[in-house]
Amino acid sequence: MITRQRQIEMKILPVVSVGVVIGVAGLVIAIGALPTIAGLVAGVIESYVPEELRPAVGRGLGVAAIVGFLSQFPIFAIWFERKVAAHTQDRLGPMRVGWHGVLQSFADGIKLLFKEDIIPAEGDKPLFRLAPYLVVAGTFAAFAVIPWADGLVVSDLNIGLMYIVAIGSFNTIGILMAGWASNNKYSLFGGMRSAAQLISYEIPAVITILVVIVQVGSLNLQDVVVAQQGGVFNWFLFQMFPVNLIAFVVFFICGLAETNRTPFDLPEAESELVAGFHTEYSGMRFAFFFLAEYGAMFLVSALTAVLFLGGWQGFLAEPLIPGSLLFVAKTMFLVFVLMWIRWTLPRLRVDQLMAMCWKYLIPIAFVLLLVASFFSL
Amino acid sequence: MPTKRDGLGLGPQAIEQRDGLAIVTVEKQIPWSEEIPTFSIEAYQGDDMILNMGPQHPSTHGVLRVELLTDGEVVKEARPHIGYLHRNFEKHAENIDYPGIIPFTDRMDYVASMANSLTYALTIEKLMGIQVNDRVNTIRVLMAELQRIASHLLSVGTYGIDIGAFTPFLHCFRDREMVLDLFEWLCGARLLYNYNWIGGVSHDLPDGWVEKCRHFVDQFGHTIDEVDELLSFNKIFTKRTATVGILPPDLAVNYAISGPNLRGSGIKWDIRKEEPYCGYENYDFEVPIGTAEHGPIGSCWDRYYVRVIEMRESCKIILQALDRLPKGDVHEHVPKRVKPAKGEAYFRTETPRGELAYYVVSDGGLIPSRVKGRSPCFVAMSVFEEIARGEMIADMVAIIGSLDIVLGEIDR
Repeated sequence: MITRQRQIEMKILPVVSVGVVIGVAGLVIAIGALPTIAGLVAGVIESYVPEELRPAVGRGLGVAAIVGFLSQFPIFAIWFERKVAAHTQDRLGPMRVGWHGVLQSFADGIKLLFKEDIIPAEGDKPLFRLAPYLVVAGTFAAFAVIPWADGLVVSDLNIGLMYIVAIGSFNTIGILMAGWASNNKYSLFGGMRSAAQLISYEIPAVITILVVIVQVGSLNLQDVVVAQQGGVFNWFLFQMFPVNLIAFVVFFICGLAETNRTPFDLPEAESELVAGFHTEYSGMRFAFFFLAEYGAMFLVSALTAVLFLGGWQGFLAEPLIPGSLLFVAKTMFLVFVLMWIRWTLPRLRVDQLMAMCWKYLIPIAFVLLLVASFFSL
Repeated sequence: MPTKRDGLGLGPQAIEQRDGLAIVTVEKQIPWSEEIPTFSIEAYQGDDMILNMGPQHPSTHGVLRVELLTDGEVVKEARPHIGYLHRNFEKHAENIDYPGIIPFTDRMDYVASMANSLTYALTIEKLMGIQVNDRVNTIRVLMAELQRIASHLLSVGTYGIDIGAFTPFLHCFRDREMVLDLFEWLCGARLLYNYNWIGGVSHDLPDGWVEKCRHFVDQFGHTIDEVDELLSFNKIFTKRTATVGILPPDLAVNYAISGPNLRGSGIKWDIRKEEPYCGYENYDFEVPIGTAEHGPIGSCWDRYYVRVIEMRESCKIILQALDRLPKGDVHEHVPKRVKPAKGEAYFRTETPRGELAYYVVSDGGLIPSRVKGRSPCFVAMSVFEEIARGEMIADMVAIIGSLDIVLGEIDR
């Protein structure tokens, strides 16, 4: 017998499916047309805004766009992650709220909004309140220099890579602060682990970035992308074989570690430290940590795409697909890889984590830098 | 006439007659607080920190509380505190008739209820001298082995979570669900079955059950391969488990460890082989022992992998039992009135967790005068302090998981 609910579902399913297809197509077109939209906006600014205010308004709009994107991205990413996890684990994942659970994240977000905001009585209250903002700010700020397409970047800094490295370690302070301010031993352990882990893995990450920099000769991310022009074999991943390939792997491992995801999720190791540094957080403050985590995932993937996978450059020398679409597609693929790894591998122990960084990744990275420097002379 | 009652935590009592009523004054004395002291402030100095793990912690497999004296990430001392799930099984048993105790035994090791009630039923049958027919024996072997698979699947799956891999857990639970479906079809319950009665079992196998069971066993080998691929031989997993929680064979024997934990230390000891019951001597199966493949013998990995191989062996036993399933009445030997003669009986079996035994004393009445359970998990927990010393915090979880404890059986 077909239930009443099933009847309704069968009626609206085609409508919803068409809606989803149109939505996805719209999104693809919107991303592809990002440079055009930006050009239109720039035209509007040029004709209506006085000249002395133009840079400020342009940057302001760029920041608004980035913040808008990053606050919406986790909504999709969480749903996507749950689906990836579910299908890895031979189950369906969210299916009830909307078509295949697409609205699940909205429901969860609303739930988090209404949850009680609990601050531990014995905790350090100002620090406890401050920590989530620091974590989010560190991640969001790094997006200012990410090149989305040819000429489409919020701030075309000439020291872009250095800026990312510097501002990216900002959230270590936030995590350490959260661990300390919670006045919980598990949180403290999580915070300490996180600080040790992020600081250690920053070193091989920076050195592998240097491997790319010595080949480009510039710290500007747009320059890095432009240097990879001319089809798939000009991407740094395939150049100077196998130096850049190894550098890519090292950098991606460091990226995994810096996003605190399995197999490097020691700061929030559920089975050991309950929830690590965010054990005591609830409601929106907890959601902020999530926001930062998914933001960091996108950041690491975007940076890997820019450094090794040609950023907004196409597979062929002649551009067929809009660059912004290619860039987002490459980034999303790497985000998927991050999720894939997370739901497959177990977790390292803290001493093994350190051994891996100091005994293997850093020496390898140094050798790569030497070789790359030698050949780039 | 003040008397001292040992074992109940009651000190000397003074009984005085007042207005014809006996007024009992009990001096409160908690013996275990003296035997297992918590860490005092004087015990640690410098950089040491006390971390209280549990009783509400995701990875202590129930309500176990472990007090850790830590120096950074290194655990100097680990002290388990038990009793959060104490439900007074032995005292209950002194007030209920013999068949009525079976549901209570189900609740001891709630992950392997079939094995518990089987042990109890066999003890009472030994006490009363009942010989059950072949069909009952075969069905009991079937259930015991299916239960072993279900229990090991939980153990292996949750061990993956303890180490940080979530996916094998759900693959294991998918198949555990199938075993539970078989049980549900058989007796209506999925966790606490009350299936093994004294002198028989509660329900005969329904039509089509045998085929369904065979189908499950056929496809189950694939799941074990999957678990091996995803977890057992994963480099990170072996690195995490193969060098920690070393339980050397001599220590294991000194602590009377049993079951997979003992076999993980390389000692071939299985009650099913040494003192066969339910006709286990007629089945062809191997007793797996720890191989020390990735590290010293008796490591967490050895204990874990013994369970994985045991699941394969259980499949073999199940297929043999299904092949030979004789005809008969499962209620043929169920006594109308369970009233054993005065005497006592001790019987032990190999449950998924090791050597479970019941000691039952009868005074000739309808209610036992004493029922004692010998719990393998309790014994396994006692060695925890020894093997956890000097490991890291993350290893605590690995060790607890590899000992495969169920708090329902430890606390009873």
